[in-house]
Amino acid sequence: MVQPPANVELRQVGHKLPELLLTQEHHMCPGCGEPLALRGYLEAISELGLASRAIAVAGIGCYTSFSMTMDIDLVQALHGRAPSVATGVKRMRPDSIVFTIQGDGDMVNEGLQEVLHTAARGENVTCILLNNGVFGETGGHMTSTTVLGQRTKSSLDGRDAEYHGYPILIGDLIAQLQGAVYVARGSVHNAGAVARTKRMFKRAFEIQDRGGGFTFVEVLTMCPTGWFIPTLDGPEYMTETLGEVHIMGELKVDGVVRSTEELRAENLRKSAEVEQALARGGIDDHG
Amino acid sequence: MKQLMEGSEAMAEAAIAAGCRFFAGYPMTPFTELHEHFARLLPESGGVCINAESELEAVGMSWGALATGARAATGSTGQGLSLMQESFSEITLAELPLVIFNMARGQQDYFQSTRGGGHGDYRHIVLAPMDIGEAVEHTQLAFHLADTWRTPVLIYGDYLLAHVQEAVDVTPIAFPPVPAKEWAVDGSLTGTGRSRIVSPLGFDKHGRPSEGIENHLRAIIANQERIAAEEVRVETGYLDDAETVIVAFGPPGKFVRYVVAALRAEGQKIGYVRPITLWPFPYDAVADAAERADRVGVFEMCAGQMIDDVRLGVLGRAPVTFIGGISTDGSGFGVGPLLDVEHIRARILALHRGEPLPPLPHNQRQF
Repeated sequence: MVQPPANVELRQVGHKLPELLLTQEHHMCPGCGEPLALRGYLEAISELGLASRAIAVAGIGCYTSFSMTMDIDLVQALHGRAPSVATGVKRMRPDSIVFTIQGDGDMVNEGLQEVLHTAARGENVTCILLNNGVFGETGGHMTSTTVLGQRTKSSLDGRDAEYHGYPILIGDLIAQLQGAVYVARGSVHNAGAVARTKRMFKRAFEIQDRGGGFTFVEVLTMCPTGWFIPTLDGPEYMTETLGEVHIMGELKVDGVVRSTEELRAENLRKSAEVEQALARGGIDDHG
Repeated sequence: MKQLMEGSEAMAEAAIAAGCRFFAGYPMTPFTELHEHFARLLPESGGVCINAESELEAVGMSWGALATGARAATGSTGQGLSLMQESFSEITLAELPLVIFNMARGQQDYFQSTRGGGHGDYRHIVLAPMDIGEAVEHTQLAFHLADTWRTPVLIYGDYLLAHVQEAVDVTPIAFPPVPAKEWAVDGSLTGTGRSRIVSPLGFDKHGRPSEGIENHLRAIIANQERIAAEEVRVETGYLDDAETVIVAFGPPGKFVRYVVAALRAEGQKIGYVRPITLWPFPYDAVADAAERADRVGVFEMCAGQMIDDVRLGVLGRAPVTFIGGISTDGSGFGVGPLLDVEHIRARILALHRGEPLPPLPHNQRQF
């Protein structure tokens, strides 16, 4: 387990209930990364002052229980169909801030066509993907984002390209579409990544608020239950497996696609900055 | 004022007169022209029409528009509606007032339309206009019934209703007020502790007493039972002393009505029942007609699907015979030679006289 440096004073911030959350209770397993992503986008909406215009469209997965705990006007969609539902909402309420919450099974397996066409149309909505590389709700089965070698209940010896095919890097795919103006892939494996991901949410919502076009934020989240690993190993396992393939960073900014090499170099630089910040005593999540 | 209009245009105009502001569809014969007219007319009236990437997305987009409280519709032919059935089921359970146009290829989609082609315990209203004048009325009625009962309403159209021209009046029809859409999402209650949720799952926001999925499903069924009791629509004719009763719906129902009137003028004791709502089905009207008749004939332009409902209504009171059949044009999209007064007359008379049915006519031009 990672221990904080001895000179760091522990600050308890985890108990703070985001304004847009009705309860701290959640139905997730210990070590799940989804509540961290949830906090990120809820705080982003509050801090941008967009709460009174926000409408969420939720897919079907573990995160569906957030439909009841988020204090957000919400439409519950079918598995895979949230981007189309969000399109209908946004077209009738163009002044709203409309976003979807979907998992990788929902978005990349069942609803790949929906998210790609919504992006290609340049629909002025934000699609949020919680990507853990497994169907968590059914108990850890292979999805289209499961990386090669990853063990799931339907790829027991690890995903084999010859047998199961290759994963889809959905963020990279969407970044190629002209209608997508901002594409980012965050993570919640450590405090630095959480803060960085929250900034991505903010950028996406700001772009939507000024009518900028389709924005996409993917978040790599831990699923120790679905990965069959000890709870505390989640973050490390994730960075070593999913994180090595689904590269974190801002994949497309102002309509310009950035290279994987550029992202990798940036990630190394950011990691070093986080180390330095931790050594100094903390991380400013508003920077 | 009456204007000469193609059925597709008349239905799109009627929908907009009823306040429809959103339509999404995917081209398919004979639905295509309806979509074209929505694409042309909706932007002019402050609405949106999206050429969706698939039927799955078309129905999803309409779902989203409905959730904001807008009047919204989608449509296709039965083939395209097959792709939408998962959403029809869930939209019914989410109690959203979707209007669906099925511009069907014949009458082969009766089961799909009335039995809920999707999963789960659900039914929704199905209106079956016989001509364009009635289609205009039904289109406006559909939006009214959908909002009144918070349920999808499907309009069963076909190639004839899509493409024939009639002089029709598409000015708005006055209906009683419908309940306010307090459930509709606009973002305004986000962050107030009173945010809304539009869901088929029967869950409410945390801290509020949720009815739970079991109670939610039972409430949906209770609503459907009220609809079944209050919204049956049917037209009947010449039943008082009818020995033979013919049941038919939609444009073939109009043909049957014409033929029966002509046979009556010749002194034949024949009557008809034309279901206008296919769900709820007019079981009582069928039972009442069968009680007094010697035989019941069912004319459908398919292999016989509504006949199951006719038998449930008749419940053994009289023998029920199928006198319709599969009949299409060469493409399979349009109208076959069976939909013709002489053929229908011959089949009704054969049944009435206890003679064998004439063979089905063949369409001469193959695709």
